Amino acid sequence: MSDNIYVYILIMAGVSYAIRVLPLTLIRRQIRSRFLRSFLYYVPYVTLSVMTFPAILKATQHPVSGLLALAAGILAAWKGLGLFRVAVICCGVVLAAEFLLV
Amino acid sequence: MRRKRTELAAADDRRAFGEGMRDGVPIGLGYLAVSFSLGIAARSVGMTPGQSFLASLLCNASAGEYAGFTSIGAHAAYLEIALVTLVANARYLLMSCAMSQRMRPGISPVHRLCMAFDITDELFAIAISRPGYLNPWYTYGAVLTAAPCWAVGTALGTMAGNLLPLRLVSALGVALYGMFLAVIIPPAQKDRVVAGLVPLCFLLSFGAAAAPVLRELSEGTRIILLTVAVSSGAALLFPRSEEEA
Repeated sequence: MSDNIYVYILIMAGVSYAIRVLPLTLIRRQIRSRFLRSFLYYVPYVTLSVMTFPAILKATQHPVSGLLALAAGILAAWKGLGLFRVAVICCGVVLAAEFLLV
Repeated sequence: MRRKRTELAAADDRRAFGEGMRDGVPIGLGYLAVSFSLGIAARSVGMTPGQSFLASLLCNASAGEYAGFTSIGAHAAYLEIALVTLVANARYLLMSCAMSQRMRPGISPVHRLCMAFDITDELFAIAISRPGYLNPWYTYGAVLTAAPCWAVGTALGTMAGNLLPLRLVSALGVALYGMFLAVIIPPAQKDRVVAGLVPLCFLLSFGAAAAPVLRELSEGTRIILLTVAVSSGAALLFPRSEEEA
């Protein structure tokens, strides 16, 4: 492996920090562009959705348990359960499903 | 008179610091559990516990680190991992923008530099929910309790990943996706555009993973392309009004 893992980590850390620090230090007033504001508003939801599916199907031993976890997670989040509880419910569903499937 | 005011401000800061530490406890406990599955992801791409600990300590991001680890596993180019991290963490850019509107005028730039370090969904939420200007000491208190949990949990996940039975690893592996769902679903209930975007993204992402040409690209590149394309389209077709955006 020619690429150095510590270089990877430093790049990740540098970009993560730059994203957080630049607006906070540079922006002293409201962003005006309506397109930019809308774009920035949609980005987090779009990127998280794209990352979730179909990747969740490959995260488990059996794609069906991943699909069930997805359904349970959507339902739990819909009911307004927080980050932590939704995550635990997804894990529980996979654990239960794979006792039957695998 | 002046001295008196400084003392009052100092007492205020001390109280805010204590409150921050207290509010950081439940967040830290959640982090411990969720970062465990992140540690498993790090392990699956061949990282050591020390490396995943370092990554979590410096990056403080679930989706961003996960996307980064995926790229590491794929031996991605350095530019690609930078772009992937940028896209996966784009929401922190928004949160930082929001925080910039709530800083006390004339606050030391050092506070701005330090407060930016650990802007996460949860720490942003508790800081911004307090009335008035943001007190940096509240944030420092919360970070001091929550951030170590995040790093330690990641390292434990990387260490214990092979001690745990395969079933448990498989189950914990979906914790991150559960977290993502907890972030995207509640706004989808309030906003019709987001409600339409979530299934659309699932569909496009599923299609792109199977489509010719697109499937040859790395997962990270597909995420960037889809995010920019879908978000731009949504911003053009459904621009947010001044009050909403």
